Amino acid sequence: MIHISHFFKHFILAFMLIGISTVNSVAQTEAEPIATAPLDFAALVQQLATGSLSERGDTVKQIALLKDPRSTVIIAALEQGNLYADNISNKVAIKDETGNFVDAIAQSAITSDISNFKKIPVNNSLRNQLRSLSAQLNLSSPDEAVRLSAVKRLLNDGLDADSAALLEEQSKTESVDKIKSAMDIAVALFSLKNSDEKIRIAAVDSLRGSLEPEARSALTETSTTDESEAVRNTAISALKSIESTISYYRFGETIFFGLSLGSVLLLSAIGLAITFGVMGVINMAHGELMMIGAYCTWVIQQLFPNHISYSLLLAVPTAFIVAGAVGVAIERGVIRFLYGRPLETLLATFGLSLVLQQAARSLFSPLNRAVSLPEWMSGSLVINPVLSITYNRLYILIFAILIFFMLLMILKKTSLGLKVRAVSQNRTMARAVGVRASWVDALTFGLGSGIAGVAGVALSQLTNVGPNLGQAYIIDSFMVVVFGGVGNLWGTLVGAMGLGIINKFLEPYAGAVLAKVLVLVLLILFIQKKPKGMFPQKGRAAAD
Amino acid sequence: MKLKLIAKHVGALGIAAGLTIASFSAQAADTIKVGVLHSLSGTMAISETTLKDTVLMLIEEQNKKGGLLGKKLEPVVVDPASNWPLFAEKTRQLLEKDKVAAIFGCWTSVSRKSVLPVVEELNGILFYPVQYEGEESSKNVFYTGAAPNQQAIPAVDYLMKEGKVKRWVLAGTDYVYPRTTNKILEAYLKAKGVKQEDIMINYTPFGHSDWQNIVSDIKKFGSAGKKTAVVSTINGDANVPFYRELGNQKVSATDIPVVAFSVGEEELSGLDAKPLVGHLAAWNYFMSSESAANKEFIAKWKAFIKDPKRVTNDPMEATYIGFNLWVKAVQKAGTTDTDKVTAAIVGLEQPNLTGGVSKMLPNHHITKPVLIGEIQEDGQFLTVSSTPLVAGDAWSDYLEGSKDLESDWISLKCGNYNTKTKKCLGAAAK
Repeated sequence: MIHISHFFKHFILAFMLIGISTVNSVAQTEAEPIATAPLDFAALVQQLATGSLSERGDTVKQIALLKDPRSTVIIAALEQGNLYADNISNKVAIKDETGNFVDAIAQSAITSDISNFKKIPVNNSLRNQLRSLSAQLNLSSPDEAVRLSAVKRLLNDGLDADSAALLEEQSKTESVDKIKSAMDIAVALFSLKNSDEKIRIAAVDSLRGSLEPEARSALTETSTTDESEAVRNTAISALKSIESTISYYRFGETIFFGLSLGSVLLLSAIGLAITFGVMGVINMAHGELMMIGAYCTWVIQQLFPNHISYSLLLAVPTAFIVAGAVGVAIERGVIRFLYGRPLETLLATFGLSLVLQQAARSLFSPLNRAVSLPEWMSGSLVINPVLSITYNRLYILIFAILIFFMLLMILKKTSLGLKVRAVSQNRTMARAVGVRASWVDALTFGLGSGIAGVAGVALSQLTNVGPNLGQAYIIDSFMVVVFGGVGNLWGTLVGAMGLGIINKFLEPYAGAVLAKVLVLVLLILFIQKKPKGMFPQKGRAAAD
Repeated sequence: MKLKLIAKHVGALGIAAGLTIASFSAQAADTIKVGVLHSLSGTMAISETTLKDTVLMLIEEQNKKGGLLGKKLEPVVVDPASNWPLFAEKTRQLLEKDKVAAIFGCWTSVSRKSVLPVVEELNGILFYPVQYEGEESSKNVFYTGAAPNQQAIPAVDYLMKEGKVKRWVLAGTDYVYPRTTNKILEAYLKAKGVKQEDIMINYTPFGHSDWQNIVSDIKKFGSAGKKTAVVSTINGDANVPFYRELGNQKVSATDIPVVAFSVGEEELSGLDAKPLVGHLAAWNYFMSSESAANKEFIAKWKAFIKDPKRVTNDPMEATYIGFNLWVKAVQKAGTTDTDKVTAAIVGLEQPNLTGGVSKMLPNHHITKPVLIGEIQEDGQFLTVSSTPLVAGDAWSDYLEGSKDLESDWISLKCGNYNTKTKKCLGAAAK
């Protein structure tokens, strides 16, 4: 807040000064270019802290030109918002990873009062400029990753004759294949503008098979605007081969998107597969149990603000216990009086869902709560320039499958699971052999609710944590359970993944809104044909 | 001027009367009722609750100053529960049963459209404080939020000029505001020479949370070698997963900037702003504005809401301007009578919170500056561009059928006067 307002002052001042400074700069360039040159490193860095945004851009350029070993660090710090300035003592400092301030000029740690240090603000155009500058400085960095991103940046910006020559030189000595090929692509892109037809054809050939978007757009341009027909034809054939590779990867991407949407559907439906599928209770408050799980994540993050990375690991059991306990309370307090009366159960649980929503509103405020993504959940796994998989989706997919199999094991291999199945198949018989049916009911409902809570933890990483979280998923989860077949966990898995993939394949053609509608229509038609879902329960239990 | 002075004296008398009589019932009978029509439950509660509190704060403040025309203001708060037909019912209740002098309310365009016929039928006054799609003018409604020419068009201009953007993604939630705004923007971009193939339009349902392939499509669309920007009219909740997906798929503001019309300080306080740094928003007010009036407003708001972390946003400023203009109009008219107040309010001026003075125009819109800001790590905006005051335009100049229309409730006494046929379309084209 404060450093922005501080900046704003400068901003207004700068606006007023621009009129004057433009006149000045014209005069300066006409007189003597040397007059501005001899500012040393320290003076330039201090100028960073005081100038306007556009002046700051010029200053940064001059700093880069000095080839001082400290410039790389300063430019990187400014770009990442780690460069601070103290307007009283005129010190400029870099905030390092541990939060300590290091003097940018003297490179010594600052031990004195740091309360006056304000972040030096940057905007998009300056940020762009900084990235290009640091790319040029980092081209010969010993760190592979830094070097690669520097080359990528140059690739993005486009080369001029100087940097092309530099890259060509560097590519000869480059030992890492990935970086070398990126360098070659950058050089080839530059050669596309060469006046010699042969060089242009060679450049097009070396771009064949490259998936970089820059290569593709440059080839597209060449294929239509190049003066030589030979070059145009080579470009067209190169483009064709690229396009076919891309469409192959796009297919893979859509499958992943579908599976990912499916995993979210699976998570939200799997708890319901137990309460609705196995027990036959229509629980309209299921979504609110997920909401409780999501709020658990937020509370845990508030309690341990310094351990965000582990917060999810802690949130999963917490959410299971809290949501499970609420579930048991709902079963004992409301649902047990309503067994065998589905309509009343529906109304009562719908009322409960409203109560829980309003409770969240009063307890946590109607505003959404910010749940942060742990470091390991953000970012994406880049397979190639066209295919990258975001980590949060990947982990949630794995998590959903894990939960599914754990639940399957509980139902198939534990004594609780045996009792649950016994009660759901024949209640009276189960009681006759000594199963405490009402106790099993409560535990089963608690298990389903607990799983809903765990799903809420996963959802908190994807969507808003607020009172309305549950409402957004309740319809989808019923859809999945009905589609998959009531009372069949495998059906829920196949149903969720199937609906996810169908949805994602429809979306590009129909748009997000129509795709949802189409899926719903298809589902209605399907239920007409097979009212018991994909995998109906067979045998005597299915009769009632 | 004289009237104002008299009003002040009357106000002082009012306080004295209140003190001496000290009888609550006598006082209660002698109040001016103000309707507050914002959803306190349901999906829109997230945004609208804040505006309800803003109106309550402004009323409390006005009462501390001695009320209005010697009477205390009394808020009548109703909860239309994000249910559009209920908005109309509650409006009828406010106007018929509670006999409020003015209503401050609505957020979504659909709620405003549902309230509109009731306010017109019962001749009430509605102050609408949210940016909207335009294409509407009513004798009884005052639009203190931005019309498209006060938000969308200047934002696109900025990107075109400063960002050198050549390719455009218009992404929005599927309802009337984004659809109309995007229609206007599409027409505007084409008028500026942008080709059809360089415009991608995408609509998603309310609360959409699975943005994977849309963001991937945007990336694909943006990799065609021309600078690309996203103009987002995505509303409310759906923004959090959208920006998260942008961050995860590494779409940075320097590659493909997103300029949003519905993301303000309040929305940003609900998410981790780090991956969003550098993305843009266009508003008429930012909390980071340096004016003295703004600082005072923020301090008052934090004290009133008893939470030092609460933020202010653009619709709050619009509510502030609307409320003060109404107070001045009532003082000028010397009565709360609808016809007299609506006549008095046009031309009145109120300092806004960004250092300028906003004026109520004959088309019931106000003048506002347009600010473009970049999102900072702390969820605040860094203003990167600001315009002088822009007059709100009810009918877009870029849409067929609406560019010939003009709204003027003073000289033309018409909300949709066709300048070509020289006719007022009247109720037909509401």
